[in-house]
Amino acid sequence: MTTTTLRPTERSPRRIAFSQTLSRWDIKLSPYLYISPFFILFAIVGLFPLIYTGYISLLDWDPIRHSGKFMGLDNFAWVLGQTQFWLALRNTISIFLLSAVPQLIIALAIAAVLDSNIRAKTFWRMGVLLPYIVMPVAVALIFSKLFSNDYGLINTLLSDIGLPKVGWHTDVIPSQIAIATMVNFRWTGYNALILLAGMQAIPRDLYESAAIDGAGRFRRFFSITIPQLRPTLIFVIITATIGGLQIFDEPQLFDSSSTVAGGASQQWLTLTVYLHNVGWYQNGKYGRAAAIAWLLFLLIVVIGLINLAITRRIANNDARRNR
Amino acid sequence: MSTSRRTIAAAVAGAAALALIATGCAPAASTGGDDEKITLTLGTFNNFGYSDELLAEYTALHPNVTIKQNIAKTSDDAQTNLFTKLAAGSGLSDVEAVDGDWMPKVKQYSDLFVDLASDDNAGRYSDWKTAGGTADGKLIGLGTDIGPEAICYRADLLSAAGLGTTPDEVAANIAGDWDAYYAAGEKYTAATGKAWFDSAGATFQGLANQYQNFYEKDDGTVIATENPDVKAAFESVLGASSTLSAHLQEWTDDWAAGMANGSFATMLCPAWMLGVIQGDSPDATDWNIANVFPDGGGNWGGSYLLVPTQGKHTEAAKEFTDWLTAPEQQISAFKTAGTFPSQIAAYDDPALTGATNEFFNDAPIGTIFADRANAVTVTPFKGINYGAIMGAVQNGLTRVEQGQQSVDDSWTQVIADIKALG
Repeated sequence: MTTTTLRPTERSPRRIAFSQTLSRWDIKLSPYLYISPFFILFAIVGLFPLIYTGYISLLDWDPIRHSGKFMGLDNFAWVLGQTQFWLALRNTISIFLLSAVPQLIIALAIAAVLDSNIRAKTFWRMGVLLPYIVMPVAVALIFSKLFSNDYGLINTLLSDIGLPKVGWHTDVIPSQIAIATMVNFRWTGYNALILLAGMQAIPRDLYESAAIDGAGRFRRFFSITIPQLRPTLIFVIITATIGGLQIFDEPQLFDSSSTVAGGASQQWLTLTVYLHNVGWYQNGKYGRAAAIAWLLFLLIVVIGLINLAITRRIANNDARRNR
Repeated sequence: MSTSRRTIAAAVAGAAALALIATGCAPAASTGGDDEKITLTLGTFNNFGYSDELLAEYTALHPNVTIKQNIAKTSDDAQTNLFTKLAAGSGLSDVEAVDGDWMPKVKQYSDLFVDLASDDNAGRYSDWKTAGGTADGKLIGLGTDIGPEAICYRADLLSAAGLGTTPDEVAANIAGDWDAYYAAGEKYTAATGKAWFDSAGATFQGLANQYQNFYEKDDGTVIATENPDVKAAFESVLGASSTLSAHLQEWTDDWAAGMANGSFATMLCPAWMLGVIQGDSPDATDWNIANVFPDGGGNWGGSYLLVPTQGKHTEAAKEFTDWLTAPEQQISAFKTAGTFPSQIAAYDDPALTGATNEFFNDAPIGTIFADRANAVTVTPFKGINYGAIMGAVQNGLTRVEQGQQSVDDSWTQVIADIKALG
């Protein structure tokens, strides 16, 4: 690229000037070129669908004919006036909490165990990732069988030991716990591995000096591991939030009884499932579905901003303490 | 101890793989005739009874044509697939199966499908089946099967309650209107303490298919919320279900298990349900079919085959569809999967009238379902909102069966849900 500068005298002035221009472009432009694949991909699979969905949400869109008449914000008004939308919002948040909180606590515990000196480390590390590579659809099918009301394994076991059967497919909280269980099954190991990576990066001498100072295993975990793990924890929490708010496969496949997924009284109707119901089973109300998608996007942005604010605070606290 | 080691986080880019259906390599204007090698794809769902042997017969007649069948699990999956790829403008099979319940939605786009009318298939169907496949004067769908309904029952359970064992005895005991069917159920539950039918939702389907205009008028206006027939059916089914139902919603895992465990004694049985029952309770030996249905007859389901214009070999696909929906081929499918022919000529064919089903204790399914088809007097109108309205009503029935709402509260919510569709 820059080899021409080795033999400047052999070149005509004009030629040199051109190669200089080239190398100036090289310095100025190539960094953008190197990072461009991400932005080009993002523009195609992220930004364009986002804007296009926003466009569709303003129309009475016919997906087959790719046309529709302008509706203004009518689709948004319709969505916000639906009780099902607010139920879906409630379910999305409660399923998210039911899955994210236990998931992070268990993942932390697993990561801490994997971080200690145990035999066959790689075996255990690969082991916790196993559920992650199972197809979500397969997970949903297996778990919805386990959680069947009358002939499911879990209710059979419960009644065998004399406990009452739980309405996994009828009651709000049990059905959401069942769905959260599927999510946890799939994501706990994955998060544990990310947290483990964070733990491995903590300087070991911190632990050594703490041990010399007489700190026990638990004291070291809470006073060194957790504070040092903050950036990783924040990353895990943010990705879990975004993933949790978009949960679809599990609730969609939890009950195959009706065409309109989410439960007869919307016990486990999440926002994405609601979006799918409106777009695909109400004779192609794509405009309304697009409006739901945008509202979901705004919700994620708001929660993302809250996350960011908390992250900043934590970062500032760290800076102050380090000073 | 090792020094601190930075772990580098690797960003994983997920690549979405697009499954493209190979449609051969011939130019677009192909007629499929002569000796040009082509592959035709056929998209169906559930079990249409198009066995490999049946499809091989076509290849034997047309050595240049290879048939590949893509089977979706449920009618809903097929619906999502069809509309997604119709919107994309590519990716559909050369021949696509469409369920009668969502055929009205497809008919809005009749210009995207090939006109299949020909001398071969003129007069092949009853008027209502032809009307179901016709849009804007074009015959875009050739009928495959229909779903005339009978009653399936477990002989062991019914004989224990003194309601008969043979199909004739059972039919005599439950013949009449819906009240007669429920009354026999009361006798059964009084004697055994067990459930008579599977769910209010499934039973409601039987009633809904006995009205010309149940949810919508012929011009598509939604009348579900003010039609007294809907409310009456909703209340009468739920009244019966409080004592007679096993409360097992259709297509759930519990429903399938209940079929195998004998947790209900009878169920409404459109012809295609035979394959479902056999699939869900393969070890049960006592299922049988009574040649009877409350209030005469009813048709539940039935499908069409369509040829999308986006296919590469539309002429060859049209020829293949015509062959596949001919009476002889449909009789073969009926023997495989119980999909009862919609083709009139099939009803006099000894191959159909003589058909029996081993799983259902050698029930003469050919004559039973031919009788049931003859008993169908009403052709329900199903418009573009039929599926969504039925979904709202089914949810309402389920809420009551699960004990979450009273009948009145549930009906109030059904009305609100249907109005929200508008």
